[in-house]
Amino acid sequence: MTADLVQVVSILSAALAVGFGALGPALAEGRAVAAAMEAIARQPEAAGTLSRTLFVGLAMIETTAIYALVVALLVLFANPFV
Amino acid sequence: MENPLITEPLFSIGPVPITAPVLGTWAIMAVLMAGALWLRRRLTSQPDRVQTVAELLVTTLDGQIRDTMRRDPAPYRSLIGAIFVFVLVANWSSLIPGMEPPTAHIETDAALALIVFVATVYFGVKTQGLRRYLASFAEPSWVMIPLNIVEQITRTFSLIVRLFGNVMSGVFVIGIVLSLAGLFLPIPLMALDLLTGAVQAYIFAVLATVFIGSAVEGGHAPSAAEKQESSS
Repeated sequence: MTADLVQVVSILSAALAVGFGALGPALAEGRAVAAAMEAIARQPEAAGTLSRTLFVGLAMIETTAIYALVVALLVLFANPFV
Repeated sequence: MENPLITEPLFSIGPVPITAPVLGTWAIMAVLMAGALWLRRRLTSQPDRVQTVAELLVTTLDGQIRDTMRRDPAPYRSLIGAIFVFVLVANWSSLIPGMEPPTAHIETDAALALIVFVATVYFGVKTQGLRRYLASFAEPSWVMIPLNIVEQITRTFSLIVRLFGNVMSGVFVIGIVLSLAGLFLPIPLMALDLLTGAVQAYIFAVLATVFIGSAVEGGHAPSAAEKQESSS
């Protein structure tokens, strides 16, 4: 019974972790891309540098979402309490 | 469902168990090595089509390294280029039927990130000397020493987790969709996976360049404003 309960809670918390963990990075990536678009529109000759910096920045932001994913995977597949 | 964090050994050589990602890594390394040797044998001063593509790749790589580090790219070209080409081929190897990309397992990514970490320390010590490299940890003041040391570890860790998470989630999603619905539905997802794989290979190489560049320069990574200045 307790093991079942732990599994149910694990699955729920994994879904919650990914769901809420994706919210912040999604908003942040939207802001970053919007700012980069504005900068490219204002200064098209700097598009190369801007997009390189943008890609690196997006990778940094995205890492937080990936952390949430890894936590969810740990909870699902490597749970110490099951 | 298959556990993405555990890999089963296929067979073992002596006491060492060999898993599928290791075999995949060996195959990719053999293919890349054979390709490189074959390209080297047919180098001429009048480049044909294949050699032109290879030269274009090397020139682009040099340009990227020079833009990011503002240094002569020659000492770093082989490392960064090998990392980029290997990660790209490994990510795209999911196109071969029956093959799972080796980068979808955390051990391969950990090995790659450790190579980058060791290269960072090596190039930092080589260009600045041991004393000045260690002193660069106390920038801008000695209060920052623990933070700077922690930063070295966490950024290596995030390098591992980023590549692992992106490639593994692609493989995972395709597996789930395939088990839900037949043949054609996963194809657009596989195309998206190709794009993700290329972007992640690029990002891995760029981040390796940025880390090595910051170790070589002694201070912190060049900010966006400095980068813009150097390229314009």
